This record gives sequence, structure tokens and C-alpha cells, in this order.
Amino acid sequence: MTDTVIEIRGLRKDYGRAVAVAGIDLDIQRGEIFGLLGPNGAGKTTTILMVLGLTESNGGTVRVLGEDPVRNPLAVKRRVGYLPDAVGFYDNLSARENLLYTLRLAGMPRAEAIARIEKAIARVRLSDVLDKRVGTYSRGMRQRLGIAEIIAKGAEIAILDEPTSGLDPHATLELLDMIRDLKADGVAVLLSSHLLDRVQSICDRVALFNRGAIAMQGTVKALGQQVLGAGHAAHVEADGVDVEARLRGVAGVQKVERDGRGWKLTADRDVMAEVAQAIVQGGGRLQRLATAEPSLEAIYTRYFEEHKDAA
Amino acid sequence: MRREGSPFTGVGVVFLKEYADHLGSVRMRVLEILVVLIGVGFTALAIYNVRKTIQRDDFLFLNLFLYQQEDSAVPSLLGALAIVIPLLAIGLGFDAVNSEFNRRTMSRILAQPIYRDALLLGKFLAGLCTLATGLTALWLLIIGIGLLTMGVPPSSEEVTRGIAFLIIAITLAGVWLAIAMLFSVIFRSTATSALCALGLWLFLVIVWPMLVPSIAALVATPDPLANRVGLLSDSQIDWFFGLSRISPSGLFSDAAMVVLQPQTDAAILRTPTVGMLSQLQGMVRGATLPLNESLLLAWPQITTLIAIVISVFAVAYIAFQRQEVRA
Ligand SMILES: Nc1ncnc2c1ncn2[C@@H]1O[C@H](COP(=O)(O)OP(=O)(O)OP(=O)(O)O)[C@@H](O)[C@H]1O
Ligand SMILES: [Mg+2]
Repeated sequence: MTDTVIEIRGLRKDYGRAVAVAGIDLDIQRGEIFGLLGPNGAGKTTTILMVLGLTESNGGTVRVLGEDPVRNPLAVKRRVGYLPDAVGFYDNLSARENLLYTLRLAGMPRAEAIARIEKAIARVRLSDVLDKRVGTYSRGMRQRLGIAEIIAKGAEIAILDEPTSGLDPHATLELLDMIRDLKADGVAVLLSSHLLDRVQSICDRVALFNRGAIAMQGTVKALGQQVLGAGHAAHVEADGVDVEARLRGVAGVQKVERDGRGWKLTADRDVMAEVAQAIVQGGGRLQRLATAEPSLEAIYTRYFEEHKDAA
Repeated sequence: MRREGSPFTGVGVVFLKEYADHLGSVRMRVLEILVVLIGVGFTALAIYNVRKTIQRDDFLFLNLFLYQQEDSAVPSLLGALAIVIPLLAIGLGFDAVNSEFNRRTMSRILAQPIYRDALLLGKFLAGLCTLATGLTALWLLIIGIGLLTMGVPPSSEEVTRGIAFLIIAITLAGVWLAIAMLFSVIFRSTATSALCALGLWLFLVIVWPMLVPSIAALVATPDPLANRVGLLSDSQIDWFFGLSRISPSGLFSDAAMVVLQPQTDAAILRTPTVGMLSQLQGMVRGATLPLNESLLLAWPQITTLIAIVISVFAVAYIAFQRQEVRA
């Protein structure tokens, strides 16, 4: 089902003479996780604020679930959940009271809000501390509470600004799991992040921001092809044969390198079957054959190296 | 641009949360202590002295608000309230908006389907209700102590005048709450906002009343005849009242005096126009002004106070509307 929930056309934002967002186009589909990536000050947060109607744009259009967030802000905000960068709660109130306040602001009847809070809090595993003051929460717990708010609100779109910043690796993994759960519920997720390898594991598509413009967008794989010039990468472990020579003999393979206990090969098309055949026919023992996704980190670094003069 | 939906959706929710916050806060405890201290202290002082004077007064209860010991630095209850009410209002309002930014809750709240109007209005009403609660408690305390110690119930006219005074006091609280909230919108730092509000308070409530007589004497055209008999000229009186009404506290004292002091001679002293009014209606000096006349006289001051509340709130609203939500 392709169903565009956020449609951005030619969106721009100027702060005086500085251009924060310079005319971008984006489409986000229902049920996908879309990542906004880019260095500090690239315009990710500004874009997010314009999508929510919290900042007015200087041009271009945004449609969120078919509505204009500037003209009909309430209609948009009713259906969108937002986890701001460095989210804050009322420290003197409990988690339950905090969420009750926002859900009541969203117009939800009290009884329904209370029931939904219980469920949402259980999903982010904060049930034990539901009635503790949020002042006692750790950074990771606050972040999860923010996710619980989006779940309880029943949002169709979740917009998360740097959801994993400041979290330890374990808390990051937990949070990413919760974001995947959101997707499983059919929620479209738009997130911005710096933790590239983490983002890579959950994003269906990403957009690379550079100085207010989208340098490129698409699946991580497609970006890899574009930037690293490598179509397909695979990791091979085998013995009993001159693996390297065999691999080089496969049509389409461009590069073979030692990589740990095995080899890393790059090809211009999917050569998995041919590689397996080549090794087995040569009398070798194939121990491992896996496609290796191009690393977002590598794409990112390479891209910004190439465009340093522009940046 | 037309906006869809009511600007007031969410006002009730914001109001309830903020009001509950206020009632549970340390500031409320301070307010309560002040209420008790002021109420008991000033009333006891007044009653002790009023009892000594054998002179019978028709407006015993109203005198509790006005009583001032001769040659004493202690102000009347009215004077004390003119100083304390602004402070309490500043205490409740100086961090209303900027604290939401500092706690980083602002963008999360504004991402909910409400307009910024609702947040500001809900916070203002919650602050005003808190102050009204405190002032009403103080009012009841004073009447209660008076009732116990003097043994006579207030007349219905005294009660009505007392209620009118309470409303005027709440309006003054509204003025300073709006001013404090305006500073809380303008300054991201709560300390700066508190300092500016207190600076303005110091100027308008303490310094300005001291400056007014000298300025009036300087700018007014002197009247040699009045000067010779040691009286102020009409022009000086006009300037004096005109200038003192620049401060909300001047407006407050004016309106409160008129309401609490029905005797026309007292009113003439306060408000030059009363002289004309009473002459027009053929009233005898020293007679008491009926309730509706008093209210009519206080009306311009009351409406001015309300107008100040509305315009300061509007400025705060416009400033808030233009603000970037990102902290
Ligand atoms: N209120 C403002 N006034 C002037 N310039 C601003 C304002 N807010 C943001 N900018 C500028 O807009 C640009 C984009 O900022 P934005 O916060 O969107 O970047 P970002 O991609 O979210 O960065 P980060 O990764 O650091 O969060 C930056 O260059 C910033 O300096
Ligand atoms: Mg940002």
C-alpha cells in the first residue's frame, strides 16, 4: 500500500539572510520509517518544526495527512505525535499525570486517557515507575515516556527528533525496538539522528541533508550504490580452494578484499548464486555467504568528504 | 489567515493543571502565611485603636481597611495591599512561560492540538484564580476578626462595598500578573524576568508616588491665592492625581478609597470631580455618598485597570505568538 502521509514540496525557511531549509521535496509513506540525516545545523529540526506547523515556512507546501499544518494546525496535531530533541516533562508530576495532561490537551476524555496511558506505559516498560515523579527518571526513561505519549495519543505519524541522542548502547537498542513496534502498528515514523549505524538498522529510507538541502534520498542500499559506487557487497568465508581467484572469476564482481577471516566482494549486480556456484564447483567448502549492506557511516563520510568544498 | 478550531480549546485543561500546580506549590504556602500575617496584624492594630475612639461610625468594618495610625510609618491595610498584591502577582507570573522553555516542555505541549492562546490564557486565569483565592481568604479573615471582636455584623452596604473593594484588589492582581507574564514571555531567563518585573514594581509602587508631588509642584501653574493660605492650587491637584494614576497602584488606591469611604468630604479630598458632582446633586458636605454614586466614581479607575490588564495581556500574546518554539 503506497499511501503518502507527509508530502513536502519546495519547502524553505530563512532566518534573516541565513537559509535553514532551501527548498526540499520529501514524501513519507504510511508504515515506513524515514530517517533524516545530516550534520549539525543542516536543517533537520527546522524541517520537522515546519511539518508540525510549529514554525512558519517561507515558501513551499507541506501536506500532513492531506492537511496544511499552517492553516489547520489542530487537525494535524491531533493525528501526529512529536518527540522533541531533548524532551522535557514536568518533574514535579508523575509519568501518569504528565501524560494525562497532554492527552487531555489533545481532547481525549479522561477515562479513555487513563486506560490508554496504562497500556502505552506497559509497552515502553515503565509500569513500575508510572506513579513516580518524572524528576527521578533517567534520560532513557524520559525518552521512552515520550514514545509512550505518542502511543497513547494514537498518533498516525510519529516525528522523533534525535530520539537516541544521549542514550547508552543498551538504551538505544531498546528505544529502536520501540520505534520498530510503532512501525508494526502502522505508524509512519520520521526521525532524525546522528547514530548512523543504529539508524541504518531500522530505517526503510533515509534523506541526507546538507546545508538545508537534501543531497540524496532513498534506501540505504540505493544511496550506497550512488555514493560508494558499489552496487552489491557480500561477505564470503570458504576454504579448500583459491577463493580469491574464484571470486574474481565471477562475472560482475568488481573488487575482492580480505576482510577478517573471509573476503569482502563488491559487484555491480546480485551475484550470490554465481559466487556459491563458483566456489562449490571449484571443490571449495563454502562456510559463509552473506550480503553486506553498505554502511551508512561510510556513505555519510564519503559523501561529506566529496562535498567538503561545498559544505 | 483564518484558523480552524476554537482558540479556547484546551484553556480548561491548562487552567486546571496550572491551578493545581499553584495550590500545591511553595509559593502558595508563602501566600497563605502573608494572608494570615497581614490579616491578623492589620486588623488587630485597627481594632485596638478604633475601640479607643468613642466616636460612633456607620462604617466600622470599612474602617478596618483604611485605618492608619497618625504619625506612624505603618501604612493602612489598603496601603499595604497596594504594595503586597503586585509582589504576589509577580511571584506567580514571572516564570509562567519561560519555565516551560527551560523545562523543555514547550514544544511537546504546543505539539498538542491547542493554540498558543489557550496556553497563555489558561495560565493567566489559573494565576488570577490563585490570587483571588488568597485575597478572598484575607477578606473573609478580616471580616471574621472584625465580627468576633466588635460583636456587630457589617451592614449590607458595608458588605457590598467590601465586595467591590475585593474585586478592585483582584483587578490590581490581574494587572501585575499580566505584567509578570509579559516579562516571562520576553525573557528566557526566569531570573531576568523576575528582576525586571520587580524593577518595574519598585518604580511604579514605591518611587513614583514619592516623585509625583514634586513633579506636580513643578509643572502645575501656581495659584498665588491658594499658596498664601497654604493650600494646593486646582492645577496642582489635577496634576497630582493625573500623575499618580499613571501607576496601577494609584488607580487602585483611588478606586478603593472611593468605594471604602462613603463620606463625601473624604471623597472630595481624593477626587476633585466629586466636589462638582455633589454640588450638582445638591448634596451636603459631610453627607455620605450612596453606594451607586461611589461605584460610579470608582468606575473610570476600575475600567482603566481592566483595560491595562487586557492590553498588557495582548502584548504578551503577540510576543508569544511570534516566538520560536525551539529552546
Ligand atoms: N531561531 C533561529 N534564528 C536563526 N537561525 C536559526 C534559528 N534556528 C535555527 N537556525 C539556523 O538554522 C539552521 C538549521 O538548524 P536546525 O536546528 O534545523 O539544524 P539540525 O539539522 O536540526 O541540527 P542539529 O543536528 O544540530 O539538531 C542552522 O544553521 C541554525 O543556525
Ligand atoms: Mg536538530
